[in-house]
Amino acid sequence: MSTGSPSPHKTALEFKSTSLNVPSLILISDQINQFEHHLKEKIAQAPEFFKHSPVLIDLQDINKKGLEINLAEFVDVLKIHHFLPIGVRGGTKEQNSIAIALHLPVHSAHSTMPPAQQKNQPKTIKPENQAEQSAQTPVQSNGIENKLVTQPIRSGQRVYAKGDLIITAPVSAGAEVVAEGNIHIYGALRGRALAGAQGAEDSLIFCSDLHAELVAIAGNYKVSDDIEDAVKNKPVQISLDDQALIIQPI
Amino acid sequence: MARIIVVTSGKGGVGKTTTSAAIAMGLAKRGHKTAVIDFDVGLRNLDLIMGCERRVVYDFINVINGEASLKQTLIKDKRCNQLFILPASQTRDKDALTKEGVGKVLEELSKEFKYVVCDSPAGIEQGANLAMYYADDAFVVTNPEVSSVRDSDRMLGILASKSRRAENGDEPINEYLLLSRYSPARVKAGEMLSVDDVQDILSLELLGVIPESKSVLNASNAGLPVILDEQSDAGKAYVDIVARYLGEDKPHRFIDEKKGILGKLFRS
Ligand SMILES: Nc1ncnc2c1ncn2[C@@H]1O[C@H](COP(=O)(O)OP(=O)(O)OP(=O)(O)O)[C@@H](O)[C@H]1O
Ligand SMILES: [Mg+2]
Repeated sequence: MSTGSPSPHKTALEFKSTSLNVPSLILISDQINQFEHHLKEKIAQAPEFFKHSPVLIDLQDINKKGLEINLAEFVDVLKIHHFLPIGVRGGTKEQNSIAIALHLPVHSAHSTMPPAQQKNQPKTIKPENQAEQSAQTPVQSNGIENKLVTQPIRSGQRVYAKGDLIITAPVSAGAEVVAEGNIHIYGALRGRALAGAQGAEDSLIFCSDLHAELVAIAGNYKVSDDIEDAVKNKPVQISLDDQALIIQPI
Repeated sequence: MARIIVVTSGKGGVGKTTTSAAIAMGLAKRGHKTAVIDFDVGLRNLDLIMGCERRVVYDFINVINGEASLKQTLIKDKRCNQLFILPASQTRDKDALTKEGVGKVLEELSKEFKYVVCDSPAGIEQGANLAMYYADDAFVVTNPEVSSVRDSDRMLGILASKSRRAENGDEPINEYLLLSRYSPARVKAGEMLSVDDVQDILSLELLGVIPESKSVLNASNAGLPVILDEQSDAGKAYVDIVARYLGEDKPHRFIDEKKGILGKLFRS
């Protein structure tokens, strides 16, 4: 085997679903100086352990208290101290869009959602804490090929997933993303997204900023002109109800 | 080994050649031996902007075909002895450029030069594809308007999938945004996209904003890369861009207004 040129017969990579254990960092105070001070104390206790450690920023506590924070500032401080933030949880709508702008995935936490919005959640959505459960139980492999894309999908590009498609970057106008299962986009959707491409009507599309040219589930579609202004430019969830596409803000 | 930089855009007339000439001169003036190649076969332009059009003997295609050596063909700049120009042919047809031929020339240049700047033709055809194929870094020149941004996005997709680095599974090309012909007043009037709007759509590291400036036309009429006009705003913008590319931390300039068309439409 030569180490230089890759063999053309073997695929160079493979995506598999995985779960990993990540420390969450619960923000308690809105004082950035205090935060940095305490952070330094913690690091001093175990510098090697914390260096380049991934961390999930948990905003539930701070939002419960109604404290206002500058998320970008906290993220900066974490990065300065060699943490690698990999997402936020329990953020408000505003915080979530800031997180997305900082390229941080948004993880939801029901307890912080306003009750009115909770009622609107369709029943098909799986309980949110499932992800955390699966951190303990190994994920079943049932032959479905999910796909993760971390780079922007550019105009003229097309991505197809036989299972779910998870994208942690924007989808440009003129790009097309297609999945036989669900589509999750942690970023702006400006192109076309088609879920349930083989007819699975319970497929869903999530995106954190809707500007789509077209969205479709199991062949039922809406083009940009048909999408109400009220849901444009917002994080949404798209589902199919009796051949009608339902677009709801989340 | 040289770093190969492609200056590309998709859309025509956005300022690729202006940029290629400026950054090549800028890198050379910083003491790095630099070659700049005109890939726009049939439409020679770079040699005019570099002011060396009357010294062209051989061209890029002659070198590819083995009709002349690189040494015979490269034109040494009169103002900076670290800068060399490889002109395009005006007479040949575009198919004369081949992947193997371009690869051979770049490999030979790489032995002697620190930077090789490739001035791409417009479009997403053969010429543009060859200009970017061997690149390590891409300067994506974009004007603050929807069609230019869209074409840059398209080109970014091609950089990510059709370059040598992509084909070999190597580290991807470093992509940088150069927002050119920017006019804060027109952004304010809602006639142009703002820096934020463009970055929002392209999600790309901004290497610099080049203002719309009369000095560009004056410089090109005088056969002078605009970066040598150190008093001009465009000249200063390119000096900054070269410095940032070389790793210096320079605050962005020439961005007065924040929100453009998109900002007006979408932000309440
Ligand atoms: N910052 C600027 N301000 C004003 N005019 C500019 C600026 N940059 C470029 N121009 C003008 O725009 C025109 C096109 O520039 P240039 O030739 O560099 O573009 P290009 O992308 O190389 O074009 P092509 O696609 O045809 O190769 C020229 O007339 C040039 O003078
Ligand atoms: Mg040109």
